[in-house]
Amino acid sequence: MSISKARLCAQTIKDNFVDLHAPLNALQAEQEAARCLFCHDAPCVDACPTGIDIPGFIRKISSGNTNGAAITILEENIMGGTCANVCPVEELCEEVCVKNSSEHKPVVIGQLQRFATDHLFEKSTQPFQRAAASGKHIAVVGAGPAGLSCAHRLAMLGHQVSVFESRPKAGGLNEYGLAAYKMNDQRAAKEVEFILGIGGIEIEYEKSLGKDISLDKLRQQFDAVFIGLGHTAVNALGLDNEAADGVYNAVDYIEDIRQQDLSSLPVGRNVVVIGGGNTAIDIAVQIKKLGAENVSMVYRRDLKAMGATEYEQEIAQTNGVVIRTHSKPVAIHTTDGKLSAVEFEYTQTDSNGRLVGTGENFSLPADQLFKAIGQSFNPQPLQDSECPQIVAGRIQVDEQQRTSLNNVWAGGDCTAGADLTVEAVNDGKLAALSIHEYLK
Amino acid sequence: MADLSCKIAGVSSPNPFWLASAPPTDKQYNVERAFEAGWGGVVWKTLGEAGPPVVNVSSRYGSVDYNGQRMIGFNNIELITDRPLQVNLDEIAAVKKAWPDRAMVVSLMVPCNEQAWKEILQRVEQTGCDAVELNFGCPHGMSERGMGAAVGQVPEYIRDVTGWCKTYTDLPVFVKLTPNISDIRQPARAAHEGGADAVSLINTINSIVSVDLDIMAPKPTVAGKGAHGGYCGPAVRPIALSMVSEIARDPQTHQLPISGIGGINHWHDAAEFIALGCGSVQVCTAAMRYGYRIIDDLVDGLNNWMDSKGYSTIEDFRGAAIPNVTDWQYLDLNYETIASIDEDKCIECGLCHIVCEDTSHQAIRASKDSDGKRSYTVIDDECVGCNLCELVCPVPDCISMVEVENGKPYLNWGGHPNNPMRSE
Ligand SMILES: Cc1cc2nc3c(=O)[nH]c(=O)nc-3n(C[C@H](O)[C@H](O)[C@H](O)COP(=O)(O)OP(=O)(O)OC[C@H]3O[C@@H](n4cnc5c(N)ncnc54)[C@H](O)[C@@H]3O)c2cc1C
Ligand SMILES: Cc1cc2nc3c(=O)[nH]c(=O)nc-3n(C[C@H](O)[C@H](O)[C@H](O)COP(=O)(O)O)c2cc1C
Ligand code: SF4
Ligand code: SF4
Ligand code: SF4
Repeated sequence: MSISKARLCAQTIKDNFVDLHAPLNALQAEQEAARCLFCHDAPCVDACPTGIDIPGFIRKISSGNTNGAAITILEENIMGGTCANVCPVEELCEEVCVKNSSEHKPVVIGQLQRFATDHLFEKSTQPFQRAAASGKHIAVVGAGPAGLSCAHRLAMLGHQVSVFESRPKAGGLNEYGLAAYKMNDQRAAKEVEFILGIGGIEIEYEKSLGKDISLDKLRQQFDAVFIGLGHTAVNALGLDNEAADGVYNAVDYIEDIRQQDLSSLPVGRNVVVIGGGNTAIDIAVQIKKLGAENVSMVYRRDLKAMGATEYEQEIAQTNGVVIRTHSKPVAIHTTDGKLSAVEFEYTQTDSNGRLVGTGENFSLPADQLFKAIGQSFNPQPLQDSECPQIVAGRIQVDEQQRTSLNNVWAGGDCTAGADLTVEAVNDGKLAALSIHEYLK
Repeated sequence: MADLSCKIAGVSSPNPFWLASAPPTDKQYNVERAFEAGWGGVVWKTLGEAGPPVVNVSSRYGSVDYNGQRMIGFNNIELITDRPLQVNLDEIAAVKKAWPDRAMVVSLMVPCNEQAWKEILQRVEQTGCDAVELNFGCPHGMSERGMGAAVGQVPEYIRDVTGWCKTYTDLPVFVKLTPNISDIRQPARAAHEGGADAVSLINTINSIVSVDLDIMAPKPTVAGKGAHGGYCGPAVRPIALSMVSEIARDPQTHQLPISGIGGINHWHDAAEFIALGCGSVQVCTAAMRYGYRIIDDLVDGLNNWMDSKGYSTIEDFRGAAIPNVTDWQYLDLNYETIASIDEDKCIECGLCHIVCEDTSHQAIRASKDSDGKRSYTVIDDECVGCNLCELVCPVPDCISMVEVENGKPYLNWGGHPNNPMRSE
């Protein structure tokens, strides 16, 4: 069979999906924390989009004040637990750790962050308190990292929050998108529960903006509105046969990985992934872990140009994914309506720096093709209302996350910037602080 | 959130963490930065009499580094403040005015005559400070001039100088003790007799941190020569804890308030000093190692720990460990523990075996099976419960000392059959 379920036995699949990094034990955490120099004006803090006081929290781990360390993290980044597992630390905090200069090895900040937050979550105490009730009520659209971060900060500041979420679960891509081996043990759901533990946040599930509610209405009914819709559309290849059996949007399949029994998922023998970002790496690695025999990840430019970091490329390679570069898809071949091969043309960069085809083609046999060439923001949910200004396909915001509409803020993937969980969390936090100022 | 405020010898501060008299407290600029960072109080860098200030050497500091960690121990050959008296006094007054809720204690060291103490006290009182601390501890430079440790090592001098100070000022008088003495209770008693409101300890310990083997001179080296300096930092904490406990247990001084000093780096170090009776604690080396920002975790960590233990004020646990500090002769000789090795946690390094085999009681058997797997087994009958293996084992909780239920009654040396002087 070219596509089948349960290519591997349940136990093997389970073993394949264990945490990417095993959690540090107490001894490891102690020794790693002792490596941190407690730098002044530390570069790692500047490199963390949420500005966590990294030397501060690491010193607290050293002193045995582990809960205090977790609170230091969560004060700046309420999803510090998830971020510890999913941040591309190699291009954020750990990239600039001064220990890279002195010892060629950074302090493993992300893993220490996990050590501290896990410790707090085991007791599941909500360390934050709400300020006196402000009497203000704010609508948040989308219960992803941006929306939930905004909601939590608003609740802390004493406001009442209603969150409108089109799906049946909260968490956004934490729940539906991030790689399963980074988010084991219901991490996303537990974090949502923890965030809601502050009180004052109500989520209305399966309520979609543009369908069940409109921005105009929200602006009338609430004191302020925050939009955290994330990406709402997937980029297409623009080839014939994109609807053939065996051709998938990577994000849809990843959603199934996160939501379904792993043994029930269809897995091909020969799998082709098109794209060079996070999503491409994640689908390639996970389909391999599910038992696909040959997985090729094909990208039109070179390794350096990939959205995926060098470290992520390495994860793909050590998991047996073959990365092919300088190739662009030109045709999807089918047999009896089913995918059979994907044809590529070799590319090169011309003297003007443009990517051009060489005219030379090759084919990869394929029974599954995953499209991972990017997601985008589709403003359709806003179209029945006065729409905030959209620039380059995203909602335009200023440094306080304010949109062009006076009482509307936005953040996360639906606005410009790096599409990372930690960035979305920071956007939500900044928006909440700005909304708080506005409502004073 | 616990209440960390503290009151000792009539001096109040929002938390028990004070900066000890040393470079971190030697001018308005840094003391104000310390208060901004959250320190509860300071003991200003020791002032001397009016006139030309002392002169310091360069270099001044030495360090004991251990396994890649800097400044496990720290020493210095600095003297008291090298700035003019009036400049210091003016700054003290200005800082106290701007930060009325913080403890402002002024450290003093003048020659051992009544007039000199009278004069300086009159001037210091005008600053509005909360108390004075008599520096009888500086082990170098000043003692050669008949001050500091030269006074601190002679209990009668301590008593007399303290008495003069009590005569000439209404401010609370803290007496800072030198550890460079064999029985710390003697100077503490003398301070008490002289009317001291509190004692502060320890000051630094005579030390040479290392010898430069190329130039054959002690460090820090000044033009090819070195002198013994004052030792402090984490390495001296055990000595300080012991001295504090001696004073806290002594029938003559157990009521005397103590400000604990010596090697405090983390909040739990401070908690240990407080458990042995200290009403406030002072920090120098840790601040000189990292800057004032360490106060964040000192306060937060102490707070979280107190919450976890259900202590709502410092007084709730202050002195709680004193009743359990006793003399060796009262320890129960019938109490037995033996080592127990958790084989699942053992990483097979063999350290427990070799230390017991070579230096203790040959109570851990080492064996190797045909696959080369090593195992280490305690021979219960040979184990004397010394803890050595537990201390050297690199894995937390792998070796534990387990109490043996032997049903024997409490028996100390006084009643032991082997004691020739046994009281029947
Ligand atoms: C496969 C994949 C892997 C990734 N891996 C990483 C990683 O390892 N590290 C990392 O930092 N980042 C990673 N990212 C990026 C990261 O997940 C996103 O940047 C982040 O989730 C953005 O948060 P958000 O709140 O803006 O959007 P989302 O997480 O997308 O949340 C948006 C929410 O809005 C809801 N919503 C959408 N439309 C409506 C509507 N009309 N009405 C109501 N609600 C609506 C959605 O259901 C969702 O809950 C990955 C992304 C993908 C796709
Ligand atoms: C550089 C330096 C200078 C010091 N100067 C003084 C001083 O002027 N007066 C004083 O009473 N103690 C002085 N001390 C001792 C400290 O106040 C403190 O008692 C000692 O360092 C122990 O605390 P620590 O282990 O936290 O450093 C000095 C210590 C250092 C390191
Ligand atoms: S949130 Fe991410 S970037 Fe910031 S410190 Fe933690 S792991 Fe690093
Ligand atoms: S840069 Fe590295 S060593 Fe310095 S504070 Fe950050 S984690 Fe610690
Ligand atoms: S406790 Fe002491 S005597 Fe007993 S096994 Fe360990 S090292 Fe040996």
